[in-house]
Amino acid sequence: MMYEIRDLRLSFPDMAHKPLLGAAPRIEVLKGLSFDVPKGAILGIVGGSGSGKSTLGRAMLRLIEPDSGSIRFDGTDITHLLEDQLRHLRQRFQMIFQDPMSSLNPRRRVGGIIAGPLRLHGLDNLTARVDKALDMVGLPRTFAQRYPHELSGGQRQRVGIARAIALRPDFILADEIVSGLDVSSQAQVLNLLGELVRELGLTLAFISHDLSVIRRLCNRVLVLHHGLIVEEAETGALFDAPQADYTRDLLAAIPLPDPYQDWR
Amino acid sequence: MRDARGDVKRPIGLRLWLSGGWLTLLVLAAVSAPLIAPKDPLMQDLFLGRMPPFWMAGAEPGYLLGTDSLGRDVLSRILYGARLALIVALVAGTLTCIIGATLGLMAGYYRGWTDRVISRFVDIWMAFPPVLFAILLIAVLGPGLMSIIIAIVVIDWTRFARVIRAEAMSQGAMDYVASAQVAGRTRFGTMLTEILPNVLPTIVALLTLEMGIAVIVEAILSFVNLSISTDSPTWGGMIAEGRTSVHQAWWVLVFPLITLFLTVLSFSQLGEGLKDRFDPVLR
Repeated sequence: MMYEIRDLRLSFPDMAHKPLLGAAPRIEVLKGLSFDVPKGAILGIVGGSGSGKSTLGRAMLRLIEPDSGSIRFDGTDITHLLEDQLRHLRQRFQMIFQDPMSSLNPRRRVGGIIAGPLRLHGLDNLTARVDKALDMVGLPRTFAQRYPHELSGGQRQRVGIARAIALRPDFILADEIVSGLDVSSQAQVLNLLGELVRELGLTLAFISHDLSVIRRLCNRVLVLHHGLIVEEAETGALFDAPQADYTRDLLAAIPLPDPYQDWR
Repeated sequence: MRDARGDVKRPIGLRLWLSGGWLTLLVLAAVSAPLIAPKDPLMQDLFLGRMPPFWMAGAEPGYLLGTDSLGRDVLSRILYGARLALIVALVAGTLTCIIGATLGLMAGYYRGWTDRVISRFVDIWMAFPPVLFAILLIAVLGPGLMSIIIAIVVIDWTRFARVIRAEAMSQGAMDYVASAQVAGRTRFGTMLTEILPNVLPTIVALLTLEMGIAVIVEAILSFVNLSISTDSPTWGGMIAEGRTSVHQAWWVLVFPLITLFLTVLSFSQLGEGLKDRFDPVLR
């Protein structure tokens, strides 16, 4: 198993209702989640806004520390590891962010953005590795000299993917990575990601609010609602016979090209 | 395929050239003041008091911009005054910047108790009236170059701390900071390699602005006789002296005033110009 997650709970302090003295009340975002991510799986995590899907993703990468429960990554319990202990593991799980403008440092060239994590983990042949990563995401090598604002949205997201795969991780979390792109760039980025996952034998968790995107890419789907898993199923089964009411609502929300057409 | 990006003409940056040109001229004048100044700036000649500048009737040859009421050469005094003004601008500006920006960066990036301590300190500091504070400080330290610099630093670091804190805070919320954490960069490393380059344009703009302010503060302190000894040539001192005889000898007031004005303006425009020219995001 790549990830084994048991009874994961996480809450944030509610600063809006903080009393003058004493601790702020806490808002529970994740209310006890348990699931596994097998090696080589492409897991879709879907849910509306506020369902806790991004928080779950960030907890899996230990950008935030859970309150209780456990996260095991490839057999290692990382739930409460300190940043220093996590550092050498970080090479193995990477993330692609939602907003490629904000996730790429605007004052770094693309080459430097991709090489930064490589340098941190003490890898050599930086230029060759950067070139290889750019090749894999289908960007010309000359792009290494450009700044992020000189690229289009789709190209920036490819840089985000290149940065993640350059480290050759075992697991990648993709957090709403196509929601800021137009439809044709979306399709290109999704195809690219699918190919890379197969080619590199990656395990992928793909967070989205859009089931039609999940359907194209993932083989398993986790439906989150208000911090709880309401349904977990194979993609085909989920679309054919949704069990939870919330899943049916999400399916009904997919805009169909022909409003009178059904999915089958 | 040819990449045409390198061929795109950048705007010439008139602002940068004009302000940079004036400041270069001033630095050269300050450095070579002993060589190019026509007279000794301290030499008095009471028979040559209030001589007009060269184009007016009754001008004395050799005194290009006229003389003050004690017969000292205005041009020479402006040139020597540039030395003091620039030293104050550079040293006080830089020190203010380093102290204020460091504290602001730490408060804005680390948040939590670091931010609370620094921000409360800034709030308390800013509650003191600045001019009175400076005068009090110099009264305690005694007038002199060091005292002026200390006074400026002590008063103005809060400006940097405030602005840089806000800037670091908004940068800290960006995903590239989270991305540095995903890559395994330490907090301190992220602050230096990710946040600092992004607040640097603001720091540079503030720094040049602060240099202009330092020149003005020095002039104000000279004006109230709290700068260096009244004898030594400072622009503020000249303006103060020129004010008393503005009806008989306007040039004693006007020339240092123009120099001061152009210098302060150049400093603030230099910051903007540098930003336009060298910030890859705006370019």
